Amino acid sequence: MSVSQLIEEAYTGLKSLVIGLGVTGKALTQPGVTVLYPMEEVERDNLVTYRGHVELIGKDEDPAVPRCVACGACVKACPSNCITILCPVAAKEGEEAGPVKMGPAPQKGSKTPGEFIVDFSLCSLCGQCAKTCPVDSLQFSDNPYMVSFDRKDFRIDLLARLRRMARDEAVAGE
Amino acid sequence: MNLEQLLSLDYPLTRLVIGLLCIFAFVGLNGLVLVWVERKVAGHCQLRPGPLHVGPHGLLQPLVDAVKLIGKQLVAPFGSDKALFWLAPLLAFAPVTVCMLPLPWGPDMAMIPMNTGLVLILAFSGLGVLSLILAGWGSNNKWGLLGAARSVAQSVAYEVPLLLSVMAVAITAGSLDLFQISAQQGGWPWQWYGVKNPLAFFIFLVCAVAETNRAPFDLPEAESELTAGFHTEYSGMGFGLFFLAEYANMIIVSGVAAALFLGGWQGPFLPGVWWFLVKIYCILFFIIWLRWTYPRVRFDQLLNLSWKWLTPLALLDLALAVIVAGFGG
Repeated sequence: MSVSQLIEEAYTGLKSLVIGLGVTGKALTQPGVTVLYPMEEVERDNLVTYRGHVELIGKDEDPAVPRCVACGACVKACPSNCITILCPVAAKEGEEAGPVKMGPAPQKGSKTPGEFIVDFSLCSLCGQCAKTCPVDSLQFSDNPYMVSFDRKDFRIDLLARLRRMARDEAVAGE
Repeated sequence: MNLEQLLSLDYPLTRLVIGLLCIFAFVGLNGLVLVWVERKVAGHCQLRPGPLHVGPHGLLQPLVDAVKLIGKQLVAPFGSDKALFWLAPLLAFAPVTVCMLPLPWGPDMAMIPMNTGLVLILAFSGLGVLSLILAGWGSNNKWGLLGAARSVAQSVAYEVPLLLSVMAVAITAGSLDLFQISAQQGGWPWQWYGVKNPLAFFIFLVCAVAETNRAPFDLPEAESELTAGFHTEYSGMGFGLFFLAEYANMIIVSGVAAALFLGGWQGPFLPGVWWFLVKIYCILFFIIWLRWTYPRVRFDQLLNLSWKWLTPLALLDLALAVIVAGFGG
């Protein structure tokens, strides 16, 4: 290696060292990006890509009613068996019309879910349910603050949640 | 001898005891402050807040950590050499107290005035590496031993350019007394040896970081490869003493750098000791800043840098200093 090469190497090395100091020096003077939970919470804009538990999407004309057609594709697609959809079982011919029985989707003649439960304690957030849904009725929610001492709290009633969110939105819109 | 004589600062023993007390208080307090500064700088370099919740802006965090360290049980690993194992942390801390004695805190503030202060500091700071060897060997641990071996090679490699760069300044000043060297510079930056001889200052800084085992030259402890290197097996105050010694060593090298290259206590408007402290803390901040900027060097890079770059450059600088001093004096 010639002397000029050596000097050139030393020069680029020293220059990169100074640039490195500049990078951390700039960071030193900038405000931090840490969100001090629970005193602060993450801004909504930063949560659009967050993969929380799945939630139902409402119809455009009525956000409180899901697009879901109770076909049961998501139940089959789920590798962890965490989705339960119940629909009213159609009464057989000649049978008395007693109290409405609920059975797993799909049920003949039933196009809306009677109950839509996700057991989040089993979910691995793979997204297969949202991917297979033929009417695009499922998506990841953006709620990172799910905390509980009780396992039961992670069995989430998605229909109730959709109704609650539609109501909140309507209140906020007024 | 009466009591009055015994209690006066002119009596060597009294002076030494008071000086040592001051050193211990200063080193202990500084350890706490520097740990806080280190963690704060680390945090802000990475856009985090650093310690925040214990006390205002986390100021009391190191105090709480110290209480935890003191409260821990002292454990020596099975098969270790107990005597060496417990001697090592004490030996790591002992030279620190000696090296603090000749530092020029102000024009008339010396623990013990001596005309060969520089030699004393250089001689005793070489002792520090011995404690790392004992710690690594005594713990009966492969990481400890590897860390110890690395620390020997590193300290041998970097003591040479360090001594040469210090010698260049000593020849320019014509003295080994830190007070005289400081006094010969002025209060303004263009009168400092660091500006007159920037190459020596640069070499000294690099070697100082390497001698104190700080990143990017922290190979003896190298967390990611050697767990914690020579102090892998230490917990509680055994580790605490190594930790305190590291910070105290940082203060010593910063103090020597301030005295040799930045005009020591001299500066406009403020009394001497404040200028000396300001200069020390600027260098300390720079060393901490370096740690959170650069990744650790590889071992061959470490030795190449010392033997192929710093040592020849320091020799060249020394020759220049001799020529300039010869013609000037």
